[in-house]
Order: sequence, then structure tokens, then C-alpha cells
Amino acid sequence: MMVKSMQVKIHDMCLRDGMHPKQHRITLEQMHSIATGLDDAGVDYIEVTHGDGLGGASINYGFSAFSDEQYLRHVIPALKQTKVSVLLIPGIGTADDLQMAYECGIHTVRVATLCTEADVSEQHIKRARTLGLDTVGFLMMAHMIEADALAVQGKQMEDYGANCIYCTDSAGYMLPADVTARIAALRRVLKPETEIGFHGHHNLALGVTNSIAAVEAGANRIDGSAAGLGAGAGNTPVEAFVAVCKRMGISTNVDLYKIMDVAEERVLPIMDQQIRLDRDSLLIGYTGVYSTFLLFAQRAAARYGVSSRDILAEMGRRRTVGGQEDLIEEVAMELQQQQAARKVANA
Amino acid sequence: MKINCALIGSGNIGTDLMVKALRSPWLNPVWMIGVDPDSDGLAKARAAGLKATHDGLEAALPHFKADGIQIAFDATSAYAHAENSRKVLAQGVFMIDLTPAAIGPFCVPPVNLEQHMQSQTANVNMVSCGGQATIPIVHAVARVQAVAYAEIVATVASKSAGPGTRKNIDEFTRTTARGIERVGGAKKGKAIIILNPAEPPLLMRDTVHCLTEDTPDEAKITASIKAMVAEVQRYVPGYKLKQNPVFDGKRVSVFLEVAGLGDYLPKYAGNLDIMTAAALRTGEMLAQRLGNGSLSFPQMRTEAA
Repeated sequence: MMVKSMQVKIHDMCLRDGMHPKQHRITLEQMHSIATGLDDAGVDYIEVTHGDGLGGASINYGFSAFSDEQYLRHVIPALKQTKVSVLLIPGIGTADDLQMAYECGIHTVRVATLCTEADVSEQHIKRARTLGLDTVGFLMMAHMIEADALAVQGKQMEDYGANCIYCTDSAGYMLPADVTARIAALRRVLKPETEIGFHGHHNLALGVTNSIAAVEAGANRIDGSAAGLGAGAGNTPVEAFVAVCKRMGISTNVDLYKIMDVAEERVLPIMDQQIRLDRDSLLIGYTGVYSTFLLFAQRAAARYGVSSRDILAEMGRRRTVGGQEDLIEEVAMELQQQQAARKVANA
Repeated sequence: MKINCALIGSGNIGTDLMVKALRSPWLNPVWMIGVDPDSDGLAKARAAGLKATHDGLEAALPHFKADGIQIAFDATSAYAHAENSRKVLAQGVFMIDLTPAAIGPFCVPPVNLEQHMQSQTANVNMVSCGGQATIPIVHAVARVQAVAYAEIVATVASKSAGPGTRKNIDEFTRTTARGIERVGGAKKGKAIIILNPAEPPLLMRDTVHCLTEDTPDEAKITASIKAMVAEVQRYVPGYKLKQNPVFDGKRVSVFLEVAGLGDYLPKYAGNLDIMTAAALRTGEMLAQRLGNGSLSFPQMRTEAA
């Protein structure tokens, strides 16, 4: 495909996926500062909710500093052109949460399911369409199934009423060819007017490369995050993606210098730890584990005196999916018991 | 003396329940009622000697009196349940509701079955699979000390989540959360459900997190939880505690696994098995009391149920 003719819309994840490394504690002032910066830089969409979407505030995933409603009511009126989206994972959030977000003035809802479970999104996608929202079907952990199988799931979401389908590399596991195959398969089965998006994680340092592969295969919405603030090794660093687009002649609405400044001056200073490709994040990308497990595994490792990499590898071995954070503590306890048993055996 | 009962709904749940009821010393399944002539459940029912119809409740209802039906189980859908319940109760037959309709009060056997027997509740609802697996544990903590908040995470094999659950997953989260509050005794409840497509399918897992109002009494809570697990194991032998309860500040976390009996549904579908087992236990308790004359169908108001 001739990328030069493409117009790509940028969707920033700082204030949703970025909630994971912040343990959902971003303040209203920080939200306001980052959101208005992204607005001024020309970013098309920003996502604002708890990291696990509407209704994510919980013991299992962490309680956010403020409610989804407080964040949305604080951010939406402050924006001039950027549109606000929310994430909704059926099984965690409900249609009641969607109604609340709608009343706050959101533009977009992204209804997210595991890539094999599109049919749990019917209720929420239909509701979103009834409300007249820009409705996205968001297929997570999309590396777990082959391209054609993913396309079948995307088609189902389109049938329910989604006007955009996402291939979501939640584990940051995909190689560029994997992205190409999946986006191309979606493009083949979806209506020409249905948009296609790609959401990457930088766990194999392929966030930008994979996003370009997605654009070349027909995606026109790309997720990224200023300074990469997101789960695991972060999302595709949006300022780098924009720079590459400029070099390649792909059009975006984003001002490169302004987005660089938002990353450097507004996002970087709020980070609790540097978002980087550490060994745990790399293991997540290498083995295909849900990026959000990172901090949970590190905390459980510290509490139970086991290796975070062993926890993550075991989570991969058990073929866990997004949302199974509750298993991490149990796995850590099992590893601790095995470790103790080995010590006794060796003594 | 066995009490005659009818099973409405010949899908996976209804058929599994039938297999269990056929073993029961207190229940005698007489009718299996479906709507699909090709239903495997109806074929199995006929083979087991039950009367079976694919023409729905309407076709079987006129025979209820003559067949001495005293208990009906509804494993159809929330939409069908309201009408089914009205018709069944009008015959003076107890209704055990396995759908998410929840017209009647929630019933979680080890917590409040006795209470429903005392109050002659004519229609009880079995909450949800996640509710049956976790509400006993919330109650086990709440009976020791006040629980400000309880949250459950149910992870089930994709293959065990049928089209009904998938089409209306909000019903699971809402109903289970209400059950955690009303039956479990938490001031506020939340429920999360995760579907996992791994092959071979995984056993149902449940995590129960409670936040107690004051510092949790570890010894008392642990003992209470273990006693409750033993209570549930009486009707779901595959229900087990994976680890000792975790105490962290005011958080109490309990990790559970539920293997089914593998009657009609596979063993991994512990989520469905715990529903049918809980419904069966409720039916057996009703049957025992009806049999010894300590319970009779309540005098209904004009607007039944």
C-alpha cells in the first residue's frame, strides 16, 4: 500500500494504559496537564479511565485515585479538539458504566474482549451504537490466534455495530509480519468503511515498527503513548511514531515538536519509575504475557521472595489472559513453597 | 419417600441436573421439558425413563397434578423464567430458579437455605455460578467480623460459558455483586468474570477478596473459611482451597478451585456443576421437608411470586 496517501489518526494511551505503571494514581491536575498538552499537540483521541477500563477500580487491579467519572468530568471540558475515549472490558465494566461515561460527554468507547471472545461484546457494542458513540471493537492478546481467526472475531464485532476494529498486541509479542497478516486479514473481511486500528506494546522494542506495518497493511488508527507511559515496557512511544510518519510521508494531525514537549515536560515528570525495556518487560514480550502483569509480578516477587521472571513465565505457561491478576499471588505462593521444598530436599 | 420433580430446560444445565437428580435419594425426576426436538437432553431423559416434551412447559403443565409434581427446576433463561414461574407456582409447586431472572430471593445453600425453608419461600434463585462458588466464603468472613467490601474474580473456561452468559454478561456481574451484599453480608460487593480459552480447558478458579472494617482476626477467619469449604464440599466434592487465606492489612484473599463431578458437563465446568449441585441440594432439602410433612406449599397471595 502507498503509505504516502495515508492519513493516520493518533490515539494516546497515557491516561488509561499509563494508569498501570502509575498504579491508577494519576491526579486530576496531572490528567489535566497531560490532556491539554495532547490536545494542543493535535492528538486525535485520548483514552481516559482506570487502566482496566470503566469499573476497573478494585482490589484485584488496584483502586484509582479518583473515579472514572471524576477523571472524565475533569478532562473532557478542558479540551478544544481532542476526542475522549473510554475502555470497557465486559466482565469488569457494565453498560451502566458506559451510560455514565456517555453522560460525561465521551466521543468513543472501545469495547475490549480477549481475541477469542468477541461475542461477549454484543450487549455493549449495541448499546454504544444506540447512544450514537464512535464504537470500537478492541481484540486483546491478538497474538494468541491466527490472522484469519482474528478476522472472524472482528467481523462479529462489526456485525454488532462496531465501526472500527482493533488488533491489540497486549503482550507486545507480535513481530511485524504478525501485524501485517492480522491487519490484512481484517481488511479483507471488514466493510471498506470500517476502520482498523493497532495497539502496540514496546516489550520487544517493536512498537513503532509494528505500528508502521499496521499502517502499511491498512490500519488508520494507531495507539501510542507520550513518553511511552503504559503497561510493560510501555506503549508505542507516540512522539517517535509521529517522527517516523513524517519521514515516511504518512500524514498525522500531530505537531512533532509539541508532542515531544508533552512527553518530556508533562509525562516524564509524573513517572514513578522509568518506563523501559527491563528484563521483566522483555520476558513479557518474549513469552506473550499480558503486559499489565508486570508490576503485580514484581510486587508478589518481593512479598514472597521469588523471582518475578519465574512468576511471569509461569503465568505464560498457564496460558493466562488479561484480567487474571488474581492468579499472580497464588503462583508466587506456589513458587515459594516449591523453593522451600527444594531447600529441604537439598539440606 | 421421594418427591416428584420437573426439570424445565433441556440444555447443558438441565441435563446435568437430571443426571444428579436421578441419583438422589430424595428426588424423583419425572418430567424433562424442552423446546428443541433434537435436544440431546430430551433424548437422555427419555432413555432414563422420564416423560419428555419438546413443546415447552404448556405441554407438561396439565400433567403436573396427576404426576404429583411438587418441585420444578427452571434452567431456561431469564426471559422465559417469569412466565414459567407464574405457571408453576399457580399449580402449588415450588420453583428453584437457575436462570439470572432472580424473581425470588437468592439461595446459597450453606448460607441461607435453612432460612428459606423456615420462611416457606416458594421461588428461590440460585444467583450465578460465580456467586455459588464465592458467596459462602464472603459469608464465612462476614460471620466473624464486618466486611466493608468484598470482590470476587471468577475465571472460567471459555467452553463453559454458554451463549446466554455471553449475550448478557452484565447480568452475571450485577447479580453476583448483589448476592455478595445480600447473602454474603458485605456492605458493598463487586464481581468480575474472566473467560480463558486455554486448551485443555482450565478448572474454574475463584478469588475472593474481602476488606474487613477492623483488623482481621486471622485465626478465627481462617477457621471459619475452612469450615465453610467443608460445608460446600458436601455437595461439590471438587471445591477446594488452593492456598491458606492471605492476610494483608485489612485485606483477606481466598483462592479457590472448583472441579465439577463430570456428570453431563465436563469436569472443568466446575462453574456449571456448582450451580446444578446447589440447586439439587436446595431441591433435596425441600423434598426432605415435604416428605416428612415439616414443610408445605405456602398460601400464595393473588399475585404469586
